[in-house]
Amino acid sequence: MKLLLTVGAQMPFDRLVAGMDAWAAQNPSARVTAQIGDSTLHTAHLDAQRFLEPARFDQACDEADAIVGHAGIGTLFAALERGKPVLVLPRRADLRETRNDHQLATARRFGERPGVVVVWEERELPDGLERLQALVRAAPGVAQPALREGRLFDVIRDFVDTGALPPSGAS
Amino acid sequence: MGTHGAARQASSPRRQKVLAISSGGGHWVELLRLRPAFDGHFMVFVTVDETYRAHVGSAPLRVVPDTTRWDRLGMLRCAAQVLRVLLEERPDVVVSTGALPGFFGVVLGRALGARTIWVDSLANVDELSMSGQKVGRFADLWLTQWPELARPGGPRFAGSVLG
Repeated sequence: MKLLLTVGAQMPFDRLVAGMDAWAAQNPSARVTAQIGDSTLHTAHLDAQRFLEPARFDQACDEADAIVGHAGIGTLFAALERGKPVLVLPRRADLRETRNDHQLATARRFGERPGVVVVWEERELPDGLERLQALVRAAPGVAQPALREGRLFDVIRDFVDTGALPPSGAS
Repeated sequence: MGTHGAARQASSPRRQKVLAISSGGGHWVELLRLRPAFDGHFMVFVTVDETYRAHVGSAPLRVVPDTTRWDRLGMLRCAAQVLRVLLEERPDVVVSTGALPGFFGVVLGRALGARTIWVDSLANVDELSMSGQKVGRFADLWLTQWPELARPGGPRFAGSVLG
């Protein structure tokens, strides 16, 4: 099992990184490539770097069976675009892991999609990773419906070409 | 772009210059995801990280300093750089997914006569971002990607980058 762990390239998120390091120690057959941001943790069981250049990041996403990360849009899209399962642990403002709790809301909404596993506490990580691995085994590479170019794209094309606006309000 | 772009170019009223601007991380990922909506037009990307050049292929990429609303001087520097890029590029359309650099792009772009598009990030699930709220008066096409956040006076909901 190949996993890519990403917590973004900036603020550290050591709850997740430490949790993944501990899990990787218990699961030596798993290979975890990690982008850990400004973390000072010593991670003996992860192939960790602070920052993966975009091309390297994309390659690591392509090679991974599944993606694990903070509940950022970058993490989720990296998986959704490739039809790969993803596990997210949201950052929390009260632990000073982020400025506000938007990742909790993101996790709640994206957790409704097939192929997205959400864990709310780091102690749930082993269970979540078990579910993630089950998704990989069940449907390697197709655990997610691919992203489509839906209505938003047509609305923007029309606006650029003709200046037309869509109906207002919740349409 | 390829053949699809060429076909659109032939049928479009006019090939436009689109300046796409955002900060890093998720904002940038969503901005890139919107790219097919501008097939057939000429694109200039503006962001805060030189390494993102790898994402845009042959399209030009300009870098401006990132900032937050807790950093007054940084905001001024960022706005000045965005203004400079706008004056040099003179886009027909400015599109942004946030955050502050994109806010400046839309506000200043509109002042310079561009048509403007704001697509508030998917990360703003429960309420619009601060930039997304304040940008409403300056965005001709002002969009949220969550239907619950649409309001009669805007922002509008017209789907999301997820399809």
